[in-house]
Amino acid sequence: MEKFTTHTGIGVPLRSSNVDTDQIIPAVYLKRITRTGFEDALFAGWRKDENFILNREPFNQGSVLVAGPDFGTGSSREHAVWALKDYGFKAVLSSRFADIFRGNSGKQGLVAAELAQDDIELIWKELDNNPGTQITVNLEARTVTCGSLVAPFDIDDYTRWRLMEGLDDIGLTLKHEEDISEYETSRPGFKPLTLPARTAD
Amino acid sequence: MSAQQSPLTLAEKVWNAHVVRQGEGEGAARQPDLIYIDLHLLHEVTSPQAFEGLRLAGRKLRRPDLTIATEDHNTPTWDIDKPIADLTSRTQIHTLRDNCKEFGVRLHSLGDKEQGIVHVVGPQLGLTQPGMTVVCGDSHTSTHGAFGALAFGIGTSEVEHVMATQSLSLKPFKTMAINVEGTLKPGVTSKDIILAVIAKIGTGGGQGYVLEYRGSAIRSLSMDARMTICNMSIEAGARAGMIAPDQTTFDYVKGRPHAPEGEQWDAAVEYWKTLHTDDGARFDAEVFLNADELEPFVTWGTNPGQGISLSESVPHPEDFADENDRQACERALTYMGLEAGTPMKQIRVDTVFLGSCTNSRMEDLRAAAEIIKGREKDPQVRMIVVPGSARVRLEAEAEGLDQVFKDFGAEWRFAGCSMCLGMNPDQLAEGERCASTSNRNFEGRQGKGGRTHLVSPLVAASTAIRGTLSSPSDLASTPAAV
Ligand code: SF4
Repeated sequence: MEKFTTHTGIGVPLRSSNVDTDQIIPAVYLKRITRTGFEDALFAGWRKDENFILNREPFNQGSVLVAGPDFGTGSSREHAVWALKDYGFKAVLSSRFADIFRGNSGKQGLVAAELAQDDIELIWKELDNNPGTQITVNLEARTVTCGSLVAPFDIDDYTRWRLMEGLDDIGLTLKHEEDISEYETSRPGFKPLTLPARTAD
Repeated sequence: MSAQQSPLTLAEKVWNAHVVRQGEGEGAARQPDLIYIDLHLLHEVTSPQAFEGLRLAGRKLRRPDLTIATEDHNTPTWDIDKPIADLTSRTQIHTLRDNCKEFGVRLHSLGDKEQGIVHVVGPQLGLTQPGMTVVCGDSHTSTHGAFGALAFGIGTSEVEHVMATQSLSLKPFKTMAINVEGTLKPGVTSKDIILAVIAKIGTGGGQGYVLEYRGSAIRSLSMDARMTICNMSIEAGARAGMIAPDQTTFDYVKGRPHAPEGEQWDAAVEYWKTLHTDDGARFDAEVFLNADELEPFVTWGTNPGQGISLSESVPHPEDFADENDRQACERALTYMGLEAGTPMKQIRVDTVFLGSCTNSRMEDLRAAAEIIKGREKDPQVRMIVVPGSARVRLEAEAEGLDQVFKDFGAEWRFAGCSMCLGMNPDQLAEGERCASTSNRNFEGRQGKGGRTHLVSPLVAASTAIRGTLSSPSDLASTPAAV
């Protein structure tokens, strides 16, 4: 994973609440077995509307998405994060994220920054008045800068540390492999095993 | 030691029993705990990239004997003996088969008697048991919480993490009690309970929480009905939903293929009986619902929180105080093609879908069949019945339910996710309106431009008869055909 400390890019206002992952990437695009190449799938349904924000200059060049509350609800599909990243987004700002989406973002180096809804509204206003305004997301300082506004954001310490160091989760866990093995010896005997397979007939 | 003496919630007990390594630090700076995973469920859609990751890193799948896979999301529900027509879908299925072979994972493929929706298959095989940690790359993993398991959906990176380490790094969840006291009226089901809960707390209300459903109304539910409730916890934004195991749970598990036997059974039950929230344990939040007052519930909008009693009318945007809610309502009404003030019962549907991991088990099929038996389907309505698993399908056929559905004019399909997410050819057409027993009414969820109303199996069956959204109590006026 690439290290993330700070990013500056065009802000894209997405004035909708409850943007679920079915909107971020519809199910028909989930048939692919790759981890990349989902840029065409991002908001595929909404992009058919020529007035959709990503179909307009300069927002189609955007890299910081500024969304309404409850972003990323619904399905656990990590494809939603892949599609945002493949399109070029480096950060999403919202006053509230769905848990699984936030977790997936952290694993993939997409910053999910939680801002106060009032600050989101101020940023929306700034982006409406001055389309193309650049937003700076500073992970180290946990601040977002947009025009004259400097707003703090929340992200949990552990995720922030991992993003800044660009660390791979599995590698970190495997350092504790002995603990896992030891735990396994203490598991009760009645816990089920899938193998050998048993069936009803 | 003191932590063990203080009263604990069910979720905390299960969590504590799975801590491999406690995170260092205090408060906000505290690192996540490493939590052991007892059962990892896989399916074709969210696993290929995880298997590929393992391969690229040269890692092994740590515990194939705690892992099981099934084909469900992207499988056809008819002509299952023929090659899958859609080439991309076929590749995805074959990728799962190849991966399972390579990494030694048990797989129930299309055509196998144990194939089906992953959340129907686990419980049915007896692999889902109280007190376990269960994960799957699918948000409705919360279903398994009905057994008093801590079960939640994960993304593909975490799927890979579990494959490699059989564990996950997690921060403890907050806990919320959902107390449902009272007795449900006839015609009101567990689906109506959960739709009412979501409408009450909102799609983000459960965020960061494990919900524990409690109270006399919950205790009196069967396992199938409990699974329906826990299934939709994620639609309230919660990570998981749980119900403390009791005799109903033990009776369900006993004798299933992977249930413990003999002395192991006794040891298991003894442990399972400790899995309840202690008196005096503190929840971070509490919600109360009166089961006596509940009516059949239905959604009018494009998220599961946008629901009301079936006897009410489509809301006005002005009914909402919050600006975001008002806009969301306006947008939803446009998408749904509905006018504010229209009585819900006057809304005509084109399709009725009985299926999905929410409502596709035996009890659901029986309940719907009982309603339609001897009655006639509205000729303009198309009804699709998709059993949750191949096993459910066989059982239903043994009871003659398939014939009831066929006589009624419904399509009797093979098991899978089907129209719940419209990945396979079972999709709504643009503008088509559907009464669906599934869990998500998002824009385009069941097909591009499709319009979904979430309902219980009883409402689905009644709607297929009348053609408009209906509950069983509306049927009295429809004389049963002799
Ligand atoms: S039936 Fe629907 S909700 Fe359930 S696992 Fe399948 S796609 Fe997901």
